[in-house]
Amino acid sequence: MKKENLTVISQENLAPRIYRMKLKGESVRSMLTPGQFVHLKLGGRHPLLRRPISICDVEEDQLSIIYRVEGQGTSMLAEKKDGDTVDALGPLGEGFPITPSDDTALLIGGGVGIPPLYYLAKQLYDKGKRVKIILGFRRQEEMFLTEAFSRFGEVFVTTENGSCGTRGFVTDAIAKAGEFDVFYTCGPKPMLRAVEKAAGTNGYISLEERMGCGVGACLACVCDLKEAETDKSYVKACKDGPVFQAGEVVL
Amino acid sequence: MNRLNVELPGLKMKNPVMPASGCFGFGQEYAEFYDLSVLGAVAVKAATPETRRGNDTPRVAETESGMLNAIGLQNPGIDHILAHELPWLEKYDVPLLANIAGKTKEDYVLVAERISDATNVHALELNISCPNVKEEGLQFGSDPQMAAELTRAVKAVSSLPVYVKLSPNVTDIAGVAAAVEEAGADGLSMINTLMGMKIDIRTGNPILANKTGGLSGPAVKPVAIRMIYEVSQRVSIPIIGMGGIYSAEDIIEFFMAGASAVAVGTANFSDPFACPDLIKDLDRLLEEMEVSHISELTGRSWNKWEPNLSSSR
Repeated sequence: MKKENLTVISQENLAPRIYRMKLKGESVRSMLTPGQFVHLKLGGRHPLLRRPISICDVEEDQLSIIYRVEGQGTSMLAEKKDGDTVDALGPLGEGFPITPSDDTALLIGGGVGIPPLYYLAKQLYDKGKRVKIILGFRRQEEMFLTEAFSRFGEVFVTTENGSCGTRGFVTDAIAKAGEFDVFYTCGPKPMLRAVEKAAGTNGYISLEERMGCGVGACLACVCDLKEAETDKSYVKACKDGPVFQAGEVVL
Repeated sequence: MNRLNVELPGLKMKNPVMPASGCFGFGQEYAEFYDLSVLGAVAVKAATPETRRGNDTPRVAETESGMLNAIGLQNPGIDHILAHELPWLEKYDVPLLANIAGKTKEDYVLVAERISDATNVHALELNISCPNVKEEGLQFGSDPQMAAELTRAVKAVSSLPVYVKLSPNVTDIAGVAAAVEEAGADGLSMINTLMGMKIDIRTGNPILANKTGGLSGPAVKPVAIRMIYEVSQRVSIPIIGMGGIYSAEDIIEFFMAGASAVAVGTANFSDPFACPDLIKDLDRLLEEMEVSHISELTGRSWNKWEPNLSSSR
């Protein structure tokens, strides 16, 4: 975990409000685990807090992130040009574990929950695992990365309005994807809840939470554990997560 | 030459900068970034007699140049803190200011008594000003009599110096300050967060699950400066100043208003290296300003106002 001013090497618009940025720096070499995130500082005193953004891909000293412009922080990120720098702290958090005994992995991503699954798919594929991927979007125009994921396995797309792939939510495609040993999912909370219900217990979920410090000190992003231990009834999404075992935390 | 060392009751500090309580946990997270021994002191997270789970999430919201929090004094309780958190900090050469909170006077007394036995705790900070816990500490903070009574009760069971952390959410902060000084407080910490709120205009819902929260960050600095300026001229005990410190210039301003040390809160969240960077910057700035020791600046602005000739040209 380091703090470094990473240099922007490219920025592209993938879909409405969705951007992919590539950044370069020495600290990127330590970003080895999919599911971890970087904490970006934009602006001086406003916005005040850093923005947690998941790691989408890493190649040597180059980091790819994919983000959606939501507020002032991400708008400022979208305005960055090649050669500009971004104050980045990372890698932070615990990422997705890759279990040797599970041969077929089902990856389920919704919206901006999709990017961290890309780095995971790549690592699973490199380890010789069979990878199936369900990607959920609201509508066809908002789709991104579907082509890129197809390098690693079969891709199933769902759109809420039926403009592409299966009409409905990611859970509507789980049966279509067939058998799997382990699942990995990232997306909004209602989606995670539905996936947990539909996909069983052998899996991992990645939580999106509002964070303060990003390093475990401020206790802004705590989640309750389903089975409370005596001295610990909660976990921190930033430090203990964002990835947790399915069924571990209250969603 | 050391321009930065300051000595406050119980706290022999290498420099006047400490992380503020609630913004630094018990130090473990930040120890992954730097050696905590560089700090002047550490104000650890509030301890209550029992384990607290805190408020529901969302617990933080960003605002213009500030943030709202409603963590709700989440902490593992005094037993766990004594057994697991404080011993871990023993390896660092840094004095600790133990923040204590509770629902009743008895709660404060119990935590004060127990935490005073920890070998690395050098002073207590009574949190009578958390705005996020209903019908609790805040009532002590807004009533001078109750604040004084609590201070006396804690002083009676602990030989450690006692700092009282004052709430800015009152009409007469100097009145509360004078009352706790009279009751034997050894110092003051000021200010705690200002009660605030933020609404999501798309839904009409307050962003925080607790609805209201405590505002911190650069937005509150002028309020803190005014209150410290006012209180420091009314009391003779030292003040640890806090409220939106982001730069060495901010620290100088707190000293000139009347502070003798400072605590850094929200800035740690924006940048984990905030405290060590501020210490370095402060030393450089004092050299530039030709100030031989930081404590010379305390109260420099008291009863002072001169027309600024350079800006009126």
